Amino acid sequence: MSILVNKDTKLLVQGITGRDGQFHAGRMKEYGTNIVAGTSPGKGGQVVDGIPVFDTVAEAVKKTGANTSIIFVPAAFAADAILEASYAGIQLVVTISEGVPIQDMIRVTSIIERNGTKLIGPNCPGLITPDEALIGILPGMIFKKGNIGLMSRSGTLTYEVVNMLTMNGMGQSTVVGIGGDPVAGLYYIDLLEMYENDPETEAVVLIGEIGGDAEEQAAEYIAKHMTKPVVSFIAGQTAPPGKRMGHAGAIISSGSGTAEEKIKAFAKANVPVAKEPSEIPGLLKEKLAKVNA
Amino acid sequence: MKIHEYQAKEIFKKYGLPVPNDVLCQSVEEVEKAMAKKDGMVVVKAQVLVGGRGKAGGVKLAKNKQEAIDAARQILGMDIKGLTVEKILLADAVDIEKEFYVGLINDRNTKSVTLMASAEGGVEIEEVAKNTPELIHKFPIDPLTGLLDFQAREIGMQLFGDVKLARKAAGILQKLYTLFVETDATIAEINPLVLTPDGKIWAIDGKMNFDDNALYRQSEIEAMREADEDERKEIEAHEKGLSYVKLDGNIGCMVNGAGLAMATMDMIKLYGGEPANFLDIGGSSNPQKVVDAMNILISDKNVNAVMINIFGGITRCDDVARGLIEALNTIKSDMPIVVRLSGTNADEGLALLKEKGLPTVQTMSEAAQKAIELSRVQES
Repeated sequence: MSILVNKDTKLLVQGITGRDGQFHAGRMKEYGTNIVAGTSPGKGGQVVDGIPVFDTVAEAVKKTGANTSIIFVPAAFAADAILEASYAGIQLVVTISEGVPIQDMIRVTSIIERNGTKLIGPNCPGLITPDEALIGILPGMIFKKGNIGLMSRSGTLTYEVVNMLTMNGMGQSTVVGIGGDPVAGLYYIDLLEMYENDPETEAVVLIGEIGGDAEEQAAEYIAKHMTKPVVSFIAGQTAPPGKRMGHAGAIISSGSGTAEEKIKAFAKANVPVAKEPSEIPGLLKEKLAKVNA
Repeated sequence: MKIHEYQAKEIFKKYGLPVPNDVLCQSVEEVEKAMAKKDGMVVVKAQVLVGGRGKAGGVKLAKNKQEAIDAARQILGMDIKGLTVEKILLADAVDIEKEFYVGLINDRNTKSVTLMASAEGGVEIEEVAKNTPELIHKFPIDPLTGLLDFQAREIGMQLFGDVKLARKAAGILQKLYTLFVETDATIAEINPLVLTPDGKIWAIDGKMNFDDNALYRQSEIEAMREADEDERKEIEAHEKGLSYVKLDGNIGCMVNGAGLAMATMDMIKLYGGEPANFLDIGGSSNPQKVVDAMNILISDKNVNAVMINIFGGITRCDDVARGLIEALNTIKSDMPIVVRLSGTNADEGLALLKEKGLPTVQTMSEAAQKAIELSRVQES
């Protein structure tokens, strides 16, 4: 078991003929992800890296049974690509594209929710169930199969933490990069629920950052519903208010969204917050030892 | 992206919101000229991109031409929270019966544009939100229907408690929603929305911010941008594929990835140093990006040491190291640097850097401590 993606994932790559799409399709395939199709309007009939290309998602789904898609198209076209996948019956859409306007995402999330489609991203590195499926741009070699679930709003910071876990012998069940945008698909609470119900996950790492109150809400959810231990890290403790720190979502406005408030909320939920990423494996070990005692 | 009040009001007028007549002035002479055509009272308002203008003395009521000129003399050139006032707005004053607040934001939790309304207008809404949140009504708007007539009327009723005024208010709220969505705004605020004794409603102050990711399709909005010096640097960096925010410390940071860049700043602070900036160079080993990034760091006079923190994922560390070496060869600078590489092919990368005599470390903690040490040596 794992969450969201596994050996049965049949992946479709939207924007497979573009530079990024083509490059990452190759890498995902190399990792062992089952890529069944690609799309690129006007380029149907081509073959990229042994993967058949279709003009539309509907056609790709019909011919190959794709159930998950990953989107590499430019930001201006991302909303349409997500909707196309949703209407074609794709169950999980992972959007890597960066810089998608917020209004586009508000409209899109509302529509796909009605269609029952799950979305990860935009502006995210994707997700991975080690040794089964890599859906995204994550560097596969740092991951190791195991029992730690990890979710994060950032990319390289995730790799940093995963690398430390792996080096400490702590493998991962599924690692999800939920993306750094203010309006996005699946968020902490959705994933916490999935990790809680996943028999393979023993503990969860939540990597948050400044901006919004998703971490506070997650803390509340953890206190009420999680039996599995959760450990956290919050990036942006030194960020000044009113400045956007790279991620469109990472901005402290009018005194809300500060790291301080998030750390306080986690403390209340009995979730230890690491002072620096290297403390995470140790905090996990402590928590797990208590559970197993 | 932020704009001034006068610019927000221009947008308001375009969408048919009731805004009192106003004139933008940049000098006392312009105020004299503008006042020649006016006979009533005006409000003289500093145009700066920060809140709290009123408290700072940047907003004054003038009963006649002479008072307006006096107010202009005081306000033009005034310093408000570090910003110099270069423009003032002369707005026709209106009688105030009651002040209200209405604002739209993109709400992360409901994934919708959310209308906030309060009968407690005219004061800083952040204060109301903090102390008496029950006085702010929140209405998430369904993006597929927009703000429906009856919904807008209901909100109007809650604010004004009078059907006639509620209808008037409903029109204002719907126009505000339309302009919010059409301009890709992130904030559209009228504070205060004023009711006059004779039953008129006016938007007395306006604030708008916009989604940077949508500026590509909002050329009219982008043309309104007035960047200060720090922002210009940030925009310039953005054009080079870098994400840069200047801070006040002395340790320059160059990192790949926004989250890791924030964590790097935090780490410097944790070990007792002060980060000079947030700088995300993204995910490539392109030497030009490193050169551009170094040039930005060096141009900050406060910076006396640089910490480069790279986690090699898809970009292999040996490629990053080659890029760094090439970049540092191009830039002639004696800025002390510490490089931390980890991830894919880190050993090969570190070996290459060592050959060139660059101080290298393997963990973030070590890098932060080393950078602080280098910075202190420079200071002493």
